[in-house]
Amino acid sequence: MNVLNYIGAFFDDSAHWQGYDGIPTRFAEHLQYTLTALGIAAAVGLPIGLLTGHTGRGGNALAMIATAARALPSFGLMVLLFILLGLGMTPVMVPLVVLAIPPILVTTYEAMRSVDPAPVDAARGMGMAETQILFRVELPMALPLILSGLRSAAIQIVSTATIAAYVSFGGLGRYIIDGLYQRDYEKVVGGATLVAGLALATLAVFWLLGRLAVSPGVRRRV
Amino acid sequence: MIRIDSVTKRYPDGTVAVDRLSLEIPDRSITVLVGPSGCGKTTTLRMINRMVEPSEGTILLDGADIQQQPVNTLRRSMGYVIQNAGLFQHRTILDNIATVPRLLGWGKEKSRARARELMERVGLDGSLAKRYPYQLSGGQQQRVGVARALAADPPVLLMDEPFSAVDPVVRKGLQDELLRIQDELGKTIVFVTHDIDEAVKLGTMVAVMRTGGHLAQFAPPAELLSHPADAFVEDFLGADRGIRRLSFFPSAGLRLQTAPIVAVDATAEQIAAHDTADAPYLLVTDPNGRPLGWSEPRDLTAGQIETGRLLPYGRPFMAGTDSLRAALDCAVLSPTGWAVAVDAEGRATGVVSQQAIGEAIRGAHAERRTDDTAQKVAP
Repeated sequence: MNVLNYIGAFFDDSAHWQGYDGIPTRFAEHLQYTLTALGIAAAVGLPIGLLTGHTGRGGNALAMIATAARALPSFGLMVLLFILLGLGMTPVMVPLVVLAIPPILVTTYEAMRSVDPAPVDAARGMGMAETQILFRVELPMALPLILSGLRSAAIQIVSTATIAAYVSFGGLGRYIIDGLYQRDYEKVVGGATLVAGLALATLAVFWLLGRLAVSPGVRRRV
Repeated sequence: MIRIDSVTKRYPDGTVAVDRLSLEIPDRSITVLVGPSGCGKTTTLRMINRMVEPSEGTILLDGADIQQQPVNTLRRSMGYVIQNAGLFQHRTILDNIATVPRLLGWGKEKSRARARELMERVGLDGSLAKRYPYQLSGGQQQRVGVARALAADPPVLLMDEPFSAVDPVVRKGLQDELLRIQDELGKTIVFVTHDIDEAVKLGTMVAVMRTGGHLAQFAPPAELLSHPADAFVEDFLGADRGIRRLSFFPSAGLRLQTAPIVAVDATAEQIAAHDTADAPYLLVTDPNGRPLGWSEPRDLTAGQIETGRLLPYGRPFMAGTDSLRAALDCAVLSPTGWAVAVDAEGRATGVVSQQAIGEAIRGAHAERRTDDTAQKVAP
């Protein structure tokens, strides 16, 4: 049996397509964890990144916090929080959010800093208010880079959200962890394939988002 | 009128960018601030729209202190053009130009209609409206920059080295265009440059600034060239200010000779008749009167004039419209030492020798001196 056979067998088994342990349910759970974590991380990272990038202040502090956050092991953090807080969504969400904030924060800051200063100067000289400069000039020009930060954060969350299964939550990690316990390699490989598929789908979504949201005048430059 | 009244800009580290500068910028004319890097010319410009706040002194716009106005209202009432144009890459050309009208709350359609009007005004093809800045050349982008600054029809236009990043040919085109637009619109323009030639060409008044933010001289360009206030200004004007000053003397007074001109199909008698002219060379023209080249009279044989063997005539000048500088340049470029004057259709209207140009220059100088004396006598 090779990997492709495992994959084939996993997806052919109709038992895998229904019930609380079926692919649609697990997929939806995984998506929900991902979107929640990405949403929280973006809600924290984007405003701070935009503001520090616009003013140009606090870049060093930002880099330090981001490096520290990156050094935290997601799995260890989750287990620790699980022991401290017990069963709940928080021990799962915190590591995912902590994982996702640095790429969003740092990339957004860098994206804002790398905006050509000439149009910003022109905008200010023409009498745009600071918020108008931020949202009508800097943000649209920084958008491709900002999206790439969100994209890497999303991909990391998708792959890391599998650990939720370790503390008895659902998601696609269920198949991997259960499969390992049950020595059901068909399940392990099937789960891994689904995670990889979701990661690819995430790439596709961000590509589409880039096509829709980024001005053609800016898109060419990235 | 913009009145800069003993304005100083001192930075926290103690550097003084502008030092007690006073300047009266006349309405509806181009005032150029020129000087070497670090002379405070850009700082001065940026204090007018409060991109930089002065440490001391006041700037009055039509008698009102600009500090009393909300800063963004002030800026929207002044067009602002910068080096490299600073266009918004994410917006189309049309939307770039419509920026200030939109800020002022005009409707989308009205703003865009206005933007289209301005594209035409600055010489941009309407087909570029939906393009993005990266699709335009540097010169076109700068035209968009000027159009954007003019969009809300502000009385004042601030231009910070707008043409210094484009090549010399495009720059000349943009300068001519600016002068043409200024003829039509009559804005109060403050123009910063480090290029003295640009200053002399564009300025109604030129303020030469020196390192440390001091005003060295404030005068019309012709006066600057004829009477530099001190050694610094003289040095900054460059070695050939005498020649450049000739740009302000019209060539209309030149005595053009028509005798040394023969057509390419001239008969032997005609050649002989023109040979009597007081000139060592004859200018051969085509049947339409356009110059072909110079030749010594004895090398000309009726009916067999080989145009390929004629001496080149350099670059002709437009009689009347070009300056004495252009005429002298033609004479210097021409291997025979004679300049060719042409009319708007390119037909030779006469020729003139270096010597005659020299006399005209002396005459013009003498006339200016009388003017100067007259000015000094007047109260």
